[in-house]
Amino acid sequence: MTTLSNLTHLDWLESEAIHILREVAGQCSNPVLLFSGGKDSLCLLRLAERAFRPGRFPFPLLHIDTGHNYDEVIQFRDLRAKELNERLIVRSVEDSMKRGTVVLKTPDEPRNKHQSVTLLEAIAEFEFDCCIGGARRDEEKARAKERIMSFRDEFGQWDPKNQRPELWNLYNAKVHKGENIRAFPISNWTEMDVWQYIEREKLGLPSIYFAHKRKIVRRGGAIVPITSLTPKKDNEMIEEIMVRYRTVGDITCTAPVESMADSVKKIIIETASTTITERGATRLDDQTSDASMEQRKKEGYF
Amino acid sequence: MSQANIQDSLLRFMTCGSVDDGKSTLIGRLLFDTKTILTDTLTQIEKTSKKRGMTAVDLSLITDGLQAEREQGITIDVAYRYFSTGTRKYIIADAPGHEQYTRNMVTAASTAHLAIILIDARKGVLTQTRRHSFLAKLVGIPHIVVAINKMDLIDYDESKYKAICESYKAFAKEIKLSENRTIEFVPMSALNGNMIVDRGESIDWYKGPTLLDVLEKITADYAGKDKNFRFPVQFVCRTHASDNHDLHDFRGFMGRVESGSISVGDEIKVLPSQYKSKVKSIQLGDIQLQKAISEQSITILLEDEIDISRGDMIIKSNDVIKPTKNINAMVCWLSETPMASSRTYLIRHTSRESKAKLDKIDFKVNIETLAHESIDNLSMNDIAQVTFKLAQPIMADSYENNRSTGAFIIIDESTYHTVGAGMIS
Repeated sequence: MTTLSNLTHLDWLESEAIHILREVAGQCSNPVLLFSGGKDSLCLLRLAERAFRPGRFPFPLLHIDTGHNYDEVIQFRDLRAKELNERLIVRSVEDSMKRGTVVLKTPDEPRNKHQSVTLLEAIAEFEFDCCIGGARRDEEKARAKERIMSFRDEFGQWDPKNQRPELWNLYNAKVHKGENIRAFPISNWTEMDVWQYIEREKLGLPSIYFAHKRKIVRRGGAIVPITSLTPKKDNEMIEEIMVRYRTVGDITCTAPVESMADSVKKIIIETASTTITERGATRLDDQTSDASMEQRKKEGYF
Repeated sequence: MSQANIQDSLLRFMTCGSVDDGKSTLIGRLLFDTKTILTDTLTQIEKTSKKRGMTAVDLSLITDGLQAEREQGITIDVAYRYFSTGTRKYIIADAPGHEQYTRNMVTAASTAHLAIILIDARKGVLTQTRRHSFLAKLVGIPHIVVAINKMDLIDYDESKYKAICESYKAFAKEIKLSENRTIEFVPMSALNGNMIVDRGESIDWYKGPTLLDVLEKITADYAGKDKNFRFPVQFVCRTHASDNHDLHDFRGFMGRVESGSISVGDEIKVLPSQYKSKVKSIQLGDIQLQKAISEQSITILLEDEIDISRGDMIIKSNDVIKPTKNINAMVCWLSETPMASSRTYLIRHTSRESKAKLDKIDFKVNIETLAHESIDNLSMNDIAQVTFKLAQPIMADSYENNRSTGAFIIIDESTYHTVGAGMIS
């Protein structure tokens, strides 16, 4: 049993997130929770359990599938949805490509940014008025200025200059038909908070979050895993080293870091002494420009 | 068992000042000296510093904003930043300090336990210092740190520092800022890193705490010492025997304890219906609690089957709040579109919503002179005392007594934008 004398910052963050999830449930008529199988969205599921059990979640889960996945993550996604006995909807970027709404410049280009199109199509299909996501303000400077309940117009666009003021813990999730709210219950969490919560709650994670042997090449300072989607180039040397992922996403633009940390405890120690930010280390697509996240959010990215 | 505050391990503070006061450098310095800035971010700002022709790394670039802001050379909005020490986690609300952004300051202040008010040591107490202090008082921030920055530019002169402290104290007395509030003064140079996290060597005559020392020891509370139990119901969880036989007719009332505490066995009553019952159990997901305290999100189960829905408020049975349809409040208008006094607006108070119409505007506060002025209408950044008539009763306390049950936001009925914020008198 929790005693009151040992409440920590994790209890406060958890309580805030539960409050936000319940506001979504109380204010929105048709919300959905974006669930990728990644660590942040796995925290969201635990928070939703805390918020709504023994009842069912008042929303389904939705994964926007790029088709560029690690099998372990997809298996874990399906397992977790089944364990919780909650409805999982999957909509894929590849279906949008078939419909012609996503057009790739090159066949092997990263599909992270194309998720926006598929997400907007899913929002229209199911008439969702709110998407709950696991984004954090410490990830990136465009996120640092975003509201916990962030308004998007009918094109899914975020307008940083026209955000609704958000005061106290009074959230305004009102929208007209076609518009929508993106709700971020773990806005105030850092990467470290997420790992500490995973440890405290003993949350299971896809195996690629832990140190494992993987064939890689070193390309422009980054570690690139060798997969069928990311083959080695002619002049490159394949090495087999111990790595783990700090974040999971589209295979073609998510890089692992060298690590021997094979448990959550060891990952926390590594996170405390790391010298590179989560996105800096692992997201090959955010480095192209100083403002690439800001740009993507304006286009409807979550 | 000691009664700990859930928020003790976390402190939220805001910084008030303009870029010219060295606000960005101060925040950059706090993050840098607490080792929050990682190599790739530092490399990025080193590059930018060089590109802009600077010889040293400009720490203010850490808080450099969005592309949209750089293009226009302005700061648009409140940004939130994070750091941790061994003692607690910190959330900084970094609000742009210019005059036209009163609404951003009020937004940032609404969740802050503490405000750092920056003063440029060369300039002393300015109009903006007075404005920031007034707003901190209005929104009920219980702790103020007056950061007298740029001491390096006045040769770390102790007598000049003391003169600024005295003039601020005089002003604080004038606006009754010191009532129920701690005010501390710290001389510093954010540029050179003196008295922020490290003491440095240049201000050896100052024996008080550094800025971080102050942050580490302050109690993370809000103004309003109300210990009365307040539990606005956010969501009602009903499961039926068809879902799970063990949970036959489970009815859980979900919400956050906004103040006070509740224990299993306590007698409660529900507002506005006035139905009474007893707490059967308190749950947090699958965890059973004997007691829950302020700022904990919980589910309450009652002994009796009574009808409760979102927007109702649970309080202790011997406690009284009179539901009201008339509220008198200090309102800050946040929208570029002025208030239309004949229109109907929506008010969101706790988990409750009501239509509202303006009854009268008592006065507007001139935030430069703090004088009361008469006006017909509210425009953006105006702060005024007004009276609203509500369609539905709300269960309110005065903001001074209870930050959660004394605050509300005003929503435009047609655009659904948040257009105002109110604090009940």
